[in-house]
Amino acid sequence: MNEISPSEILKNNVWHNNPVFVQILGICSTLAVTNNLTNTFIMTVALIFVAALTNVTVSLLKSLIPRKVRMIVQTLIIAFYVIIVDILLRAYMPEVSKSLGPYVGLIITNCIIMGRAEAFAQANGPLLSFWDGVTSGLGYMWVLMIIASIRELLGFGTLFGIPVLPEFFTRWTIMVMAPSAFFLLGTFLWIVKSIMLKKGAAK
Amino acid sequence: MTPDINPFILLFASIFTSNILLANFLGMCSFISISKDIKSSNGLGMAVTVVLTLTAVINWAILNYLLIPMNLLYLRYIVFIIVIAATVQILEMVIDRVSPGLYMSLGIFLPLITVNCAILGVALFIEIRNYNLIQTLFYSFGSGLGWWLAIMALAAIQKKLQKSPVPAGLEGPGITLITIGFMAMAFVGFSGMLNVQ
Repeated sequence: MNEISPSEILKNNVWHNNPVFVQILGICSTLAVTNNLTNTFIMTVALIFVAALTNVTVSLLKSLIPRKVRMIVQTLIIAFYVIIVDILLRAYMPEVSKSLGPYVGLIITNCIIMGRAEAFAQANGPLLSFWDGVTSGLGYMWVLMIIASIRELLGFGTLFGIPVLPEFFTRWTIMVMAPSAFFLLGTFLWIVKSIMLKKGAAK
Repeated sequence: MTPDINPFILLFASIFTSNILLANFLGMCSFISISKDIKSSNGLGMAVTVVLTLTAVINWAILNYLLIPMNLLYLRYIVFIIVIAATVQILEMVIDRVSPGLYMSLGIFLPLITVNCAILGVALFIEIRNYNLIQTLFYSFGSGLGWWLAIMALAAIQKKLQKSPVPAGLEGPGITLITIGFMAMAFVGFSGMLNVQ
């Protein structure tokens, strides 16, 4: 088996095979929190934490898990780490935990984590798997942070809760409602795909 | 502290004003990948509605009669996901035995439901909002119907889209997401009628 270099994994997960705009994975729960940069940041950090540690665990246990029950075992491993995140958030950031509501628990069903565990950690060593988890989380993070900053800036006139836009700016209420998340992600996909197509044509 | 909401209002709200998919973004993954075909969308919508209602009620019972009395609330994520996986597995076997025709048409969709965030999401919403049994029943059933309605509507729109010229960069998931955005806007229009948290 030929090993992939860490820099290649980084490039793949952040751009060429980005979990959000190439694989369209895991957009479910986190789209809901992108109307606020702080929440998005904490959610994506939590996702990176869970993805990396799940990958390590799956990679270490891969020879011990019978193939037939591996899905449920993987789900349990993910759930274990999500519980840790949930307890930490409750203890140290009770307000954020409250405003995120059920979405922390929904990291369990985020397809990126299960997808990476299944596609990468099953076949690779723990160190590389850890790196893969971190980078796919980063690939997820930068896309969502962009969407969140547009939504928060235009919707509330703030970034990370700090007022940025002048007082006379009319807030676009639509930006903090559900439809704008779809529009922005759709537009984002459009831009990225056009860039990719152009690059492909240039080659 | 069960909120005082009429179950029928809850049913209406969960279908339209706070549609689980268009307002809460749950169940997007399978929604985007399956919605190209009306028949599959119908099968998946039906399966989601059944599993959602069943697991929500089971999870509600476990939460209120087992986890809360025994002070094991922190275990709820694991318990919920096990209940969902087990229900899907049992349902798969039962349908296979009772109606092979339905099994053939649902077959591939049932395992997908385990990782559908809408199922777990509804269970968690019910926990946070302290619904009682009747409210749980109406809310989960309504959420399932709402999801089914949304995926059928999107599948129908997608059918038209296949014949329309779309910019190359926007093809595929891009245009699907923008379409969902328009649908979400239409559903937001209902929200002036009633607001249920």
